Amino acid sequence: MQDSPISRGFRGRRPPARNDRVPPGQHLTEDFPVLSAGPTPAAKLGSWSFALQDGGSLLAKWSWQEFEALPQTEVTVDIHCVTTWSKLDTHWRGVTIDTLFEAAGLDEPPEAFAMIHCDGGYTTNVPVEDLIDGKAMIATHYEGKPLAPEHGGPARLLVPHLYFWKSAKWARRLRFLEADEPGFWESLGYHIYGDPWREQRYAGD
Amino acid sequence: MDHDDSGAFQGPLDGNSAAGLLQEVFVFEATSAILTCAGCGAAGPIGATRLYGGAMGAVLRCAHCDTALLRVTRTEIGIWLDMQGARSLLMRDAPAA
Repeated sequence: MQDSPISRGFRGRRPPARNDRVPPGQHLTEDFPVLSAGPTPAAKLGSWSFALQDGGSLLAKWSWQEFEALPQTEVTVDIHCVTTWSKLDTHWRGVTIDTLFEAAGLDEPPEAFAMIHCDGGYTTNVPVEDLIDGKAMIATHYEGKPLAPEHGGPARLLVPHLYFWKSAKWARRLRFLEADEPGFWESLGYHIYGDPWREQRYAGD
Repeated sequence: MDHDDSGAFQGPLDGNSAAGLLQEVFVFEATSAILTCAGCGAAGPIGATRLYGGAMGAVLRCAHCDTALLRVTRTEIGIWLDMQGARSLLMRDAPAA
């Protein structure tokens, strides 16, 4: 499956000294706790696809095989859950959103905001500028292995500079939005943006 | 898949486990109130739903079709409640003596 070059990166964004890697109100964990808003869907790679959508129109769609053939990127990043655990140096592989947009022939994103739609109906909203320039990917591998279903396999969004509920599990579709709209947790009191370094946990923070 | 996970997910709890949070929203004993699912029409006590959401909040899902019937979170400013997935909530009178 892995016949495309692997690049390393997620550029920019906070490569601070080790003692400056835990955002306010967070504590470190060695575990990888599982938090789910619903049941874990059965992974069926034969019928899996990932799509880009603008309003009602489909911009691009990849089967699992096509997705795995796209250029792959590996990153090592710290992740921060709003429930106060942080985990350092997690290692992921997947396809950056930049690569997806390029493969879809998009010179630039058509809108400024995006909603990620997932199996099971979960959604989360992210500004497009937080997804591009090497800041996010659709991750398919964790620590060298296929991403486990309870952690969002076969594929999840990884946008590590925001609280981890934004890194939506079981991601299937990115829909561009003209204006920002709240997703699953954002419509129930959680922060619309969710920057752990500004401790944006709840609406109004 | 073979990913080893020390924080293993034990699956959903039953809806009774949300009793504490529900008590902040409803003045009555909520776990015995009857929710009717807007997705599949199944009706049953809140206590028989499936609870997800962990420390972020209570997501009570229909045991038949997984529709999110009722969602509750507790944030710094108050309690948030969403019932878009429920067609109705029945709080039955106590039977006459």
